[in-house]
Amino acid sequence: MSVPSLYLLVPLAPLVGALLAGLFGKSLGKAGSHTVTILGVAISFVTSLWIAQDVFAGHSFNGTVYQWLTMGDSSVFVVGFLIDPLTVTMMLVVTFVSLMVHIYTIGYMHDDAGYQRFFSYISLFTFSMLMLVMANNFVQLFFGWEAVGLVSYLLIGFWFTRPTAIYANLKAFLVNRVGDLGFLLGIGLIQAHFGSLDYATVFQQAPDFAQDTLNLWGGTPLSLITVICVMLFIGAMGKSAQMPLHVWLPDSMEGPTPISALIHAATMVTAGIFMVSRMSPLFELSPTARSIILVIGACTALFMAFMGLIQNDIKRVVAYSTLSQLGYMTVALGASAYPIAIFHLGTHAFFKALLFLGAGSVIHAMHHEQDMRKMGGLRRYMPITYVTALIGSLALAGIPPFAGFFSKDAIIEAVRASDLPGAGFASFAVLVGVFVTAFYSFRMLFMTFHGKPRMDHHTLEHLHESPLVITLPLILLAIPSVVTGWLFIGPMVMGDYFGDAITLLPGTSAIPEMRESWHGVGQFISMGVQSLPFWLAISGIALAALFYLKWTEIPARIAREASPFYTLLDNKYYFDRFNEIFFAAGSRCLGSGLWKVGDMVMIDGWVVNGAANLVGRFSERLRRVQTGYIYHYAFGMIFGVFFLMSLWFIKA
Amino acid sequence: MTANHLLSLSIWVPILAGVLVLALGRDSQPGGTRVLALVGAVLGFLVTVPLYTGFVNSSPAMQFEELARWIPAFNITYHLGVDGISLWFVLLNSFMTILVVVAGWIVIEKRQAQYMAAFLIMSGLINGVFVSLDAILFYVFFEAMLIPMYLIIGVWGGPRRVYASIKFFLYTLLGSLLMLAAFIYLYFEAGGSFDILKFQAVALPLSVQILIFVAFFMSFAVKVPMWPVHTWLPDAHVEAPTGGSVILAAITLKIGAYGFLRFNLPITPDASHALSGIMITLSLIAVVYIGLVALVQQDMKKLVAYSSISHMGFVTLGIFMFNPLGLEGSLLQMISHGFVSGAMFLCIGVLYDRMHTRQIADYGGVANTMPKFAAFMMLFAMANAGLPGTSGFIGEFIVTLSAVQVNFWYAALAATTLILGAAYTLWMVKRVVFGEVTNAHVAALKDITSREFLFLIILALLVLGMGLYPKLFSEPMHASVLQLLEQASTPKF
Repeated sequence: MSVPSLYLLVPLAPLVGALLAGLFGKSLGKAGSHTVTILGVAISFVTSLWIAQDVFAGHSFNGTVYQWLTMGDSSVFVVGFLIDPLTVTMMLVVTFVSLMVHIYTIGYMHDDAGYQRFFSYISLFTFSMLMLVMANNFVQLFFGWEAVGLVSYLLIGFWFTRPTAIYANLKAFLVNRVGDLGFLLGIGLIQAHFGSLDYATVFQQAPDFAQDTLNLWGGTPLSLITVICVMLFIGAMGKSAQMPLHVWLPDSMEGPTPISALIHAATMVTAGIFMVSRMSPLFELSPTARSIILVIGACTALFMAFMGLIQNDIKRVVAYSTLSQLGYMTVALGASAYPIAIFHLGTHAFFKALLFLGAGSVIHAMHHEQDMRKMGGLRRYMPITYVTALIGSLALAGIPPFAGFFSKDAIIEAVRASDLPGAGFASFAVLVGVFVTAFYSFRMLFMTFHGKPRMDHHTLEHLHESPLVITLPLILLAIPSVVTGWLFIGPMVMGDYFGDAITLLPGTSAIPEMRESWHGVGQFISMGVQSLPFWLAISGIALAALFYLKWTEIPARIAREASPFYTLLDNKYYFDRFNEIFFAAGSRCLGSGLWKVGDMVMIDGWVVNGAANLVGRFSERLRRVQTGYIYHYAFGMIFGVFFLMSLWFIKA
Repeated sequence: MTANHLLSLSIWVPILAGVLVLALGRDSQPGGTRVLALVGAVLGFLVTVPLYTGFVNSSPAMQFEELARWIPAFNITYHLGVDGISLWFVLLNSFMTILVVVAGWIVIEKRQAQYMAAFLIMSGLINGVFVSLDAILFYVFFEAMLIPMYLIIGVWGGPRRVYASIKFFLYTLLGSLLMLAAFIYLYFEAGGSFDILKFQAVALPLSVQILIFVAFFMSFAVKVPMWPVHTWLPDAHVEAPTGGSVILAAITLKIGAYGFLRFNLPITPDASHALSGIMITLSLIAVVYIGLVALVQQDMKKLVAYSSISHMGFVTLGIFMFNPLGLEGSLLQMISHGFVSGAMFLCIGVLYDRMHTRQIADYGGVANTMPKFAAFMMLFAMANAGLPGTSGFIGEFIVTLSAVQVNFWYAALAATTLILGAAYTLWMVKRVVFGEVTNAHVAALKDITSREFLFLIILALLVLGMGLYPKLFSEPMHASVLQLLEQASTPKF
């Protein structure tokens, strides 16, 4: 089956833009560079829209673009596309947010020396992400997976003279590589047992392997599918920043804000969520793996939400909020509620990109000040930014009718119905998380936009709303943050939106029951406002209002009173400390030891040079025989003759 | 008629060119010398191109065979041939010679004619190693090749060049004497023939196979180099001039792995299986242990040298997996490593020519003054870290897949290179390329010249091209690899 060129256009248009801006940025100039890249992404977005309507008209596609590599045992690795409802959903989210971020960047980076390079990178990212979501096989998935990691690395370290930035990008790359190690082994197991890396072939065979086992350690056989799923999920933990591989994401905020919105909130970090949903035919076969996913997701959702409480850097609040929300999506995956996970992925992409870009708008107006303690009262100066940030916060806190309400409520409901081990804890974690989320998001809103201005005089004088290129994307992202929830919950979660793209085995998830009790958006809202999560969110907001608008001295007192808890949070649960000592310093120490003791002392010192020295010392002794005195030689001869003759006589 | 003598041409054109450069080149007129050397190198490459275009992918047999009597008394012949296993090495070697000539263009100031000649002659001799089908002919090329490399390190090398070149020479000589003994034994077993293809057909009991395997192993493991006989390589690299390092890493290391494929697997298949546990262990030690050692290197060249050993660990691992993925993965890894390690050493050479130091600590913030160079360095570093889309990914990926088929834990240990490779490469890049300008020397750096741009862009295109369409490289291998696996899995007693 040949590939319609329209499908090719989607990833290639941004790639061409990236190449033009990257290689010829100097001659294209700033305007030329942003024009080609924006054009590329716009083409990609519009084409995706067309493809989406085509797919929902029933035209899914699965085909090869070209044979990438062939092997002697006739295994074939290809580049190919799988275009189905799941793919187009991701394509739309990625290209839309990317387009918004491209436009926003014109304003945000306008006086940066690396303007063209930045546009080149974000277009390259869009290409990579599209290759990831459009893949019809594991090799291309892995290609996209690593390529987005590369661009993330380049963009976190975009300001490459900053020591913190180049520390953060190395850390991000390496932590992601830990996840990729698992991911690669998962792919290896699939190739070894299924004999193919093509999605369709693997998914079709998967049920036949449900009972197969694998001996990895000692005599305990493990379920093959479980091992594969856990390995794949380790990859997802790296990319989607699940505990304990989450440590790179807060540091990634060293990158410019537009990419925090695009890569570290809306798209790349959700690759893991997408991947697990894509692999639903495999994950559905392994309750054990899903149980692990559930617990890890719940931990991330709850513990990262706590982290949001104590941050003073506006971007870090949003970053920890992203971690926590990724935890929610992961919990949904664990509960087999893949459509809900993707639904939350979508709504979150919009409102979180909105919050990041809003934070960027504030940072821009504040002359790159990110400390919320030096902000306050900004709503008077930046009304558009304020209103859009308010919308984003309401969506994040899960207040109806904003988008986050629908997706979060659906997750909570799905988890409550799950009977996997760990579901009780997960259910508790996501509920507490709702309260904490509402609290920290409005803490951020109040500290930034309400109260008295706390910035210095000079900054205050220059405060003004950001230009249109910045506010327009905010407005365009605010719209889906309001509407996508009630528009899409019906078809996406309750309807047959995904078709065959997502497999749900009977009895694994609550979705069938949710569908039965579904009576439209109005009823969902009215049920929602009568239930616990809604009131938790409201009380979170109320408490934030009390603490940060009325009794502003209370937070500091609480921090003092609850100091062990505060210290724990302040040290980020000691993950960074542990990694630095155990892994970073540990491996350097081991490397040094192996080098100095193994290579230098043992191999070179004892064996190589030891052998040479031995020969040398032996020769040194031997040399002394050649003294040059005739009588020494004469003695030697006489002694020799005597010796030989005695031998002869004795023998005779 | 030329079509039948392509292999001879691939050997003798560069050697003759080298001799001409020696005879005609004068230090007083470096321009002419260089042009002559370049013409020789380009011609040397051009004669190998028909090997690819005329290669029959579907045939596992030796192609472009040449056979002539050489020393009839011992039935030693001048027997050449190329198959899917050796094809790429000939092309890679001839191609890299051009880059080395360009890289040494103005950098080498003393005895330029001799420098260029040494590389040209070495290039011909290395081609001889890869295409010889007569054991004695192979042995002659195998040993002769050491001489130019010995001279390159010894004459144009750094301050400890004498120690390094002698270490290199003795290390490699030690093993090859045992190999010669094995050849002579096989000569009698094969009914008085040194033909390698006849050696492969000789039936041998396991105990004898093991002895012969060990003799070959001593010779080839040093070349690869496998742990623990690797310590000559970092020293040789550090002292060698840039061109020497490029050829050393890109080509001569592959001779060891080629030897395993051409001699150990088909001649001693049972011993290869019997001893595969040891080989796999040594390969995995190379990946993990050497990866950790690379992490703490202070000298850029040493770091890349250790990284080479670690990458070659994948090659030997793939060979002893005894499956098509492993073998082809290891061949692909070697081709890619030729490009990537060559490029890494050229990058270090670019910096060294400007700053005359290879210490990582002497650099910092190079991207500020050399942005174009930084972009290239970044690309090659990513290839070295095995990023998909670059050639560096393919070999490691395929070998890992093949290892999972054999034992999950082999693959798990090998795959640690995902982390270690990224750690040592990118940490170096961070300290050298990124950050604020650390000192006045870095502040005064000039970005790459058009000559440097030329060789870097060629390698960049190759690295990306192979990464995006490796099928081009794997297609000619299939038939020969399958035949080799057939031989390697047929018991001989």
